[in-house]
Amino acid sequence: MAWFQKTKKGLAPKEKAEVPDGLWLKCENCNEIIFRKELQKNRFVCQKCRFHFRIGSRDYIELLLDEGSFREFNVDLISVDPLKFKDTKRYTDRLQAAVKKTGINEAIRTGIGTVDGRKIVFGVMDFEFFGGSVGSVVGEKIVRAVERAREQKYPLVLVSASGGMRMQEGMFSLMQMAKTACALSEYAKEKLPFISILTHPTTGGTTASFSMLGDVIIAEPGALIGFAGPRVIKQTIGQDLPPGFQRSEFLLQHGFLDMIVDRSRLKDTVSLMLKHLCD
Amino acid sequence: MAEMFALEFERPILDLEKKIKEMKLLSGNSKMELDDEIARLEKKVEKLRADVYSSLTRWQRVQLARHPERPYTLDYIRRILTDFLEMHGDRGYADDAAVVAGFATFQGRSVFVMGHQKGRGTKDNLYRNFGMPNPEGYRKTQRLMELAARFQRPILSFIDTPGAYPGLGAEERGQARAIANNLLLMANLPVPIVAVVIGEGGSGGALAIGLADRVLMLENSIYSVISPEGCASILYRNSAEAPRAAEAMRVTARDLEELGLIEEVIPEPLGGAHRNPLETAERIRETLDRHLQELCALPVAELIKRRHARYFQAGRWEKAKS
Repeated sequence: MAWFQKTKKGLAPKEKAEVPDGLWLKCENCNEIIFRKELQKNRFVCQKCRFHFRIGSRDYIELLLDEGSFREFNVDLISVDPLKFKDTKRYTDRLQAAVKKTGINEAIRTGIGTVDGRKIVFGVMDFEFFGGSVGSVVGEKIVRAVERAREQKYPLVLVSASGGMRMQEGMFSLMQMAKTACALSEYAKEKLPFISILTHPTTGGTTASFSMLGDVIIAEPGALIGFAGPRVIKQTIGQDLPPGFQRSEFLLQHGFLDMIVDRSRLKDTVSLMLKHLCD
Repeated sequence: MAEMFALEFERPILDLEKKIKEMKLLSGNSKMELDDEIARLEKKVEKLRADVYSSLTRWQRVQLARHPERPYTLDYIRRILTDFLEMHGDRGYADDAAVVAGFATFQGRSVFVMGHQKGRGTKDNLYRNFGMPNPEGYRKTQRLMELAARFQRPILSFIDTPGAYPGLGAEERGQARAIANNLLLMANLPVPIVAVVIGEGGSGGALAIGLADRVLMLENSIYSVISPEGCASILYRNSAEAPRAAEAMRVTARDLEELGLIEEVIPEPLGGAHRNPLETAERIRETLDRHLQELCALPVAELIKRRHARYFQAGRWEKAKS
């Protein structure tokens, strides 16, 4: 075979564990070798460069809510396959694989918990489940959470981590943008705050609906936040993107975030904001 | 005369039509015995049309929805509405030519009308950014929808966009927030909103002016969560698989009617809207009028309640058996 016909192998993205197993691991940003237990203790933030490793929904429940206070609801809502969608695999098979991989039912968990003793409705997305994509169930769980918060007069805190709307449910997915907006428009009539926390990554229709509709919008440092994905933009404009483009710091600079908060101060910040608005 | 743009499956029909036209010219001049031949060809083209258009694939409908001769928002506004006063600008940054908006008279009543606007030809398309709005386009509609609500004017929305523009400036100026704000506003706007998809319903960029009490679609229009090309490049790692993605996502008007996500499909004249724009406009006018009259009869509280119910039921799930 001629050399120019050879295709490079090994460029395909590898399946990466959220935080890789093993005793030691390397910071993705500064290459510091970190003892795993140490990293865990520091909420998966590199102590040298403050790089925030991606963490899952369980970690955020632990991080933000008082210990043992989370009471999850609507756990039993599960996705169906309304379009009988099949690409290289069936949607139903992909769903099963996601459940098996993550041990959770869908890309969001919702429930009631307390922050320094204050009751809130809490929702947290999980990027590990289907890239945090929003289909019918995620939309329905958000709407029910918003409704619960409105009825019981609790503040709403939502942590986003999502690649956008879920293609496999077609237009049902797109409708979740409108559906969550309808619920939030009712919630906004009450004297109740909605705190939206954006984590890496929050893109697509998720950003273009409920994530960006917070009364207060907080992001973790270095998170990719945007409407179109960087690859699509690069393709469209045919030039490289400036460094830091669509990162939290870029959004703060352009006026789309209230603040960027280090994970170590996230709970205290949410708690204080709730005090300012609700007490 | 410039040759009309033709899709692959349109070509044989257009060729035959051209031939018939030529023969008619000939026979008209010289009374030659071409009448039988013309009649034979006319029958043939009729059958060809019926065959082609009764079995369009989803991908063929995508192509029709994007047809460069297809009527655009301003074509319909000129045909269906009168006294149109176009309004410009978001009062913050710029005027976005990919979105048109203003007040006009529809069936004797003042309404607010907005829509995506594609361009015809290269120069016009560059001006219109191929119908892909930037944040200021959505902010223009936001400002004017608020005005419409204050003066209790119903809203008509024409949807025809490949999507919100994925550019550097668009992200810098908050494309996501602009779309989200429109959704939040339209969710509670105290006036009737009727949206009609006339061509491409490209994802969030379409929905941003499409949250409505009634959503209607022209027969050969499409509406999808991601473009077939975008879907194909992610799922099949090849955008040339777009026809497969269009099938899998079920993007056509009839699909969405079956799935219960839109209220009505407006049939197009045989061959598509571009073959008979006047007739198409007439059908849109009649359908819009019917829906608008129904909505205008509702008290505001009831209108909003039904609008929310419309979206709350959009989705399919089940309860896990434990």
